[in-house]
Amino acid sequence: MVQFLQVDSAQKAQENPEYKAALTELLFQLADDDFILAYRGSEWLGLAPHIEEDVAFSSMSQDMMGHAVMHYELLDELGLGKADDLAQLRKPEEFRNVILAERKNGSGEYNDAPKYDWAYAIARHFVYGSIKQVKLEALRESSYQKLSFVSRKMLTEHRYHMMHWQVWMKQLANSTDDAKQKLEAALEKVWVDAGELFSYGKQAATIVGFGIVASEESLREKWYASMQQKFTEIGLNWPGDLGIPAESGRDGQHTPDLANALQTLSEVYVLDPQASW
Amino acid sequence: MQAEMNQSGLTQTISAETINDQQSDKMEAFLSRIDRGERIEADDWMPDDYRQQLIKLITMHGISEIMGALPEKEWVPKAPTLRRKLAIMAKVQDEMGHGQLLLRVAEDLMAPLGKSREDIMQDLFTGRLKFHNVFHMEAPTWADAGVIGWLVDGAAIITQTMSLDSSYAPYGRALQRICAEEKFHAQHGESIVLELAEGTDAQRQMLQEAITRWWPSLLMFFGPPENGGITSNQQLNMRYKIRTQTNEELRQAFLTKYVPRIFHLGFTLPDETIHFDEESKMWVYQQPNWEEFKQIVKGNGPRSAHRLNLREMSYEETKWVRDAILAYGRKVG
Repeated sequence: MVQFLQVDSAQKAQENPEYKAALTELLFQLADDDFILAYRGSEWLGLAPHIEEDVAFSSMSQDMMGHAVMHYELLDELGLGKADDLAQLRKPEEFRNVILAERKNGSGEYNDAPKYDWAYAIARHFVYGSIKQVKLEALRESSYQKLSFVSRKMLTEHRYHMMHWQVWMKQLANSTDDAKQKLEAALEKVWVDAGELFSYGKQAATIVGFGIVASEESLREKWYASMQQKFTEIGLNWPGDLGIPAESGRDGQHTPDLANALQTLSEVYVLDPQASW
Repeated sequence: MQAEMNQSGLTQTISAETINDQQSDKMEAFLSRIDRGERIEADDWMPDDYRQQLIKLITMHGISEIMGALPEKEWVPKAPTLRRKLAIMAKVQDEMGHGQLLLRVAEDLMAPLGKSREDIMQDLFTGRLKFHNVFHMEAPTWADAGVIGWLVDGAAIITQTMSLDSSYAPYGRALQRICAEEKFHAQHGESIVLELAEGTDAQRQMLQEAITRWWPSLLMFFGPPENGGITSNQQLNMRYKIRTQTNEELRQAFLTKYVPRIFHLGFTLPDETIHFDEESKMWVYQQPNWEEFKQIVKGNGPRSAHRLNLREMSYEETKWVRDAILAYGRKVG
């Protein structure tokens, strides 16, 4: 396998089919993760605990959806198809997002009797975001220059998101007994899924070999070190090693929650994908 | 304060007559300020009925922004393209932001009465606090999201532009920002509408149905026509320069701006009589059913109960969170 130091254009990436395949795989993971979790975030619109939070949360969901769009557009440039088609016309089994991103916010539908779990929203975004942070930091050094650029841009926004989620973690963990219990229960739920975020799927070796992103192990080590420290600061017990869900989202295995989300996301577009909307 | 204590019988230091004199002096000074076109600030003296009118108007406006987020929110995840998804998310977020801005203005007015945002929310749930008729209606297609942005926000711009000159300074300042953002919203709505108008037959049909569906609600948006008789409520608002135009004047401005555009795009209105009368320089149109309007704002519109439920349920579901924030605040000091 050839080590690429710099791939500075979509055209150059396409010249090596093996490189392109590895890059494409990773881009779908990054795009789908943010796309689906941003959708879950957007379902909270109008339902957050108070109006100020509603505005803040919505702003972060937009940023995240914006990140997904940047990745879909990189895929578009690589000849994979229109960004809108990639986001809305693929089948659930073609999606590469982790299971953690697709889990529902709670029972009910966003427009019909939603009993959403705020503790889960906080725990999920905090853990997801902290892993995204180490990933973005590693992607700054990606051999695919365009990915390195967009990752730098995302990091500037993402740091603010993390500050926000960290404040919430601290507040919930140090307020009422009820809130702390709810937060711990939510963390437990997040923990059993979150390990998958470190996975690059079946093409991990090629992805890492081409220098598109640093290895799963190096990211995991970095994350564990910083996260354990954060838990101490917040005043929470360390829950131990992260788990991996039964389905492998990275391999296109998903829960019915994803099919359901995709149906909603594409409801209008599929009426006529050829039309201009 | 002295007067309140006196009325409650706690002190007898000044006579009722003196109080009346002092009150009427203050009232006179206040009215001269209004007449000179001065702006009133939150901490300035103001008559009770001025405060009450403002609270009523601004809480209603604020809560309408927040309830108004719900019909469009239905379309946020479903918006057809990635760009539209981002745009409508930003738009609904702005509406919530407007609600926040306005409730802050209302909270300052309510503080001397010992009331807070919690009271506003409870008044909404019990039906005491009304919200705009348009947000009680159904938005069953993507075209409705476009029509809401284009015409409902367009209507809102017309009433809010009038209120920019409101005698109450904090409201005027909030509206400066709100109006600027609403103009973007109207463009966002117009962009959705134009795309559909230039689209396939099915898209055009979807749009025509939405326009037809929203028309009566848009006429109702401005409130019943005065027909020469202005209510005491409106008179008070005009005397205090809280508003400067009547319902009918605002509706006429709306019709002048939008009817020609709707016809220009080749769409029809569910009113064959509508036309501009050159002699009176007024639009002549078929009145919507004002009895229905009353029922709708009372909370008996097609989606009133559903949306109020959604708001109330989410408020209850997250009560533990607000309790936690308060507890954390007390701990940290």
